[in-house]
Amino acid sequence: MERVPVLKIGDILLVSIQIDMEDQVALQLQEDLAERIVATGVHGVIIDISALDIVDSFVGRTIATIASVSRVLDAETVVVGMRPAVAITLVELGLSLPGIRTALNVELGIEMLGRRADRDDELFDDDDEPGQAVVTTP
Amino acid sequence: MSDESQRLRVVTDQDVVRVRQLVRTVSVAVKLSLVDQTKLVTAASELARNTLVYGGGGEVEVTRVHNERRAGIRIVFADQGPGIVDLDLALTDGYTTGGGLGLGLSGARRLVDEFAIDTEPGKGTTITIVKWCR
Repeated sequence: MERVPVLKIGDILLVSIQIDMEDQVALQLQEDLAERIVATGVHGVIIDISALDIVDSFVGRTIATIASVSRVLDAETVVVGMRPAVAITLVELGLSLPGIRTALNVELGIEMLGRRADRDDELFDDDDEPGQAVVTTP
Repeated sequence: MSDESQRLRVVTDQDVVRVRQLVRTVSVAVKLSLVDQTKLVTAASELARNTLVYGGGGEVEVTRVHNERRAGIRIVFADQGPGIVDLDLALTDGYTTGGGLGLGLSGARRLVDEFAIDTEPGKGTTITIVKWCR
């Protein structure tokens, strides 16, 4: 079975999905990422799907689960690089990925996570709702 | 009128990937627009997975078709699984018996131009979809 590589860059794990994943490969990625977040202590995950020409409900659900699991493990997920045709198809399919942060490319995704880190530093002392602090966009 | 069909067995996860690849190749050959290619491959992925997960495996047949005005693709997904007992319910967004999101069947229907289900409890399910070039 193929495996999607997970790269650590500073405080971020970067996953660039370059293959048409079997369902088992997607599930393996979900497990690998959770383990790597805990092992490395990073606070951000970027999933680059620019090479994917479709995202069906299984992959969509897997991405949503990765984002939820990451959040529980104190890391924020940003999905980057979605193709326009994939976005149109996903919404028509009925999967609008609620609660998942997106950016147009890896660079903007890194910027987004950087702003989150800055804001967390400011909020560190009086942050009684950590879940709320990271949701807003500037 | 239709050309020769291409058939694939769907027995493993890997076969679902093969179905996507075949549908993509044929979509390009009949010159579907990029968005329509994406919609058709996505619908095929959902339905091929259903054939595997709910139908216990089966067969997918991909055929180039034409009418007087347009070219298109017809895809038939057939299994000899348990069939669908309540079709209306199965076509409802969010309903699932398999632990998924319940978007496969209902979502796939929205992504194609023609959608037909022939199912009988205990006998299996055959789903036929068609996407036409615009």
